[in-house]
Amino acid sequence: MTVERDNVAQRVTRQAAAPQPAPLHEEASARRSKTAHAHGQQHPIGVYLKVWGYLFVLSTMSYLVDYFHVEGVLRPLLIVTFMFLKAGLIVAIFMHMAWERLALIYAILVPPLCLGTLILLMAIESDYTFWTRTIFFGSGP
Amino acid sequence: MTATTSTDTTDIAPPPEGLRSLAADWSSDQEVFKQVHWGKAMMWIFLLSDTFVFSCFLTSYMTMRASTTVPWPNPSEVFALTIGGRPIPLILIAIMTFILISSSGTMAMAVNFAYRRDRLKTTLLMLATAGFGASFVSMQAFEWTKLIVEEGVRPWGNPLGAPQFGSCFFMITGFHGLHVSIGVIYLSIIASKVARGHYEQKGNYEVVEIAGLYWHFVDLVWVFIFALFYLW
Repeated sequence: MTVERDNVAQRVTRQAAAPQPAPLHEEASARRSKTAHAHGQQHPIGVYLKVWGYLFVLSTMSYLVDYFHVEGVLRPLLIVTFMFLKAGLIVAIFMHMAWERLALIYAILVPPLCLGTLILLMAIESDYTFWTRTIFFGSGP
Repeated sequence: MTATTSTDTTDIAPPPEGLRSLAADWSSDQEVFKQVHWGKAMMWIFLLSDTFVFSCFLTSYMTMRASTTVPWPNPSEVFALTIGGRPIPLILIAIMTFILISSSGTMAMAVNFAYRRDRLKTTLLMLATAGFGASFVSMQAFEWTKLIVEEGVRPWGNPLGAPQFGSCFFMITGFHGLHVSIGVIYLSIIASKVARGHYEQKGNYEVVEIAGLYWHFVDLVWVFIFALFYLW
């Protein structure tokens, strides 16, 4: 047990003393890049063209929702579905989020989740305001 | 000490993968965003803050629209254009959407060619992106002019229905248009720097990807505005 802990302690101190891996990596790739591609997001062009096509199709479909006057529950459902599909494709592929490390993905994608609370509170609040206006100002629908 | 440590990198454990990498990257006294250009991480943080700004606009729009007792103007009819004697709903907005998506596509290709160090293609694709952006802004200017001059929409009222319509519309699309305009300038500057070979010395074309992130974000915001303001 003590031996094990010693090992961990040693490793931690050594890691702390050692130069950071990231600058080393950058330096090495900067040297390498004279001949090969620089580091960074490198993916085949076909992926982008495919996503481009999907985005066109999804936009056309969400436009057709309006063009054919889809009503009822189906309308918001379709609009939101196409919206999130498009947003997901843009963030994941065009903005390369799919290939980033989890530390960055979570730092960017988790904070917006708290917006759900804001939206929920404001939905309750607007409902209250609507009925207050309807009942007390008599300008009902 | 420095002499020994510089060679002493072989026995460091490789960085963990998966969920453990998340804990490891955030927990120790070190660089959190490994293998990520600093500028790129900061651009992401900026875009995160911008997400909150636009979310506040869209949430207040939701609140106003849901709480008004006056009927909301139908955007499908307000933004219709008469082409060939027949009104086509939302056609200008649809064209603007396709233009912005195309600009996102050319930008993604520009980033790709930048990493391949193909300066000519990168410059041309970035200029094409900026051109799409400029045409988007001019169509928006046309849309605003039509709404203000012909329909009489003002931030404080309009003849079509709920007075909140104008303030929401001008605030949300105006702020988005400002982002597009800034993006056009930003992309033109980076494109001219790429063309002049400013990044050849270091061989580091991450700046193009950072500019691309900003541009894709502008497109991303439009996806939400298109769905929530125009289609809803």
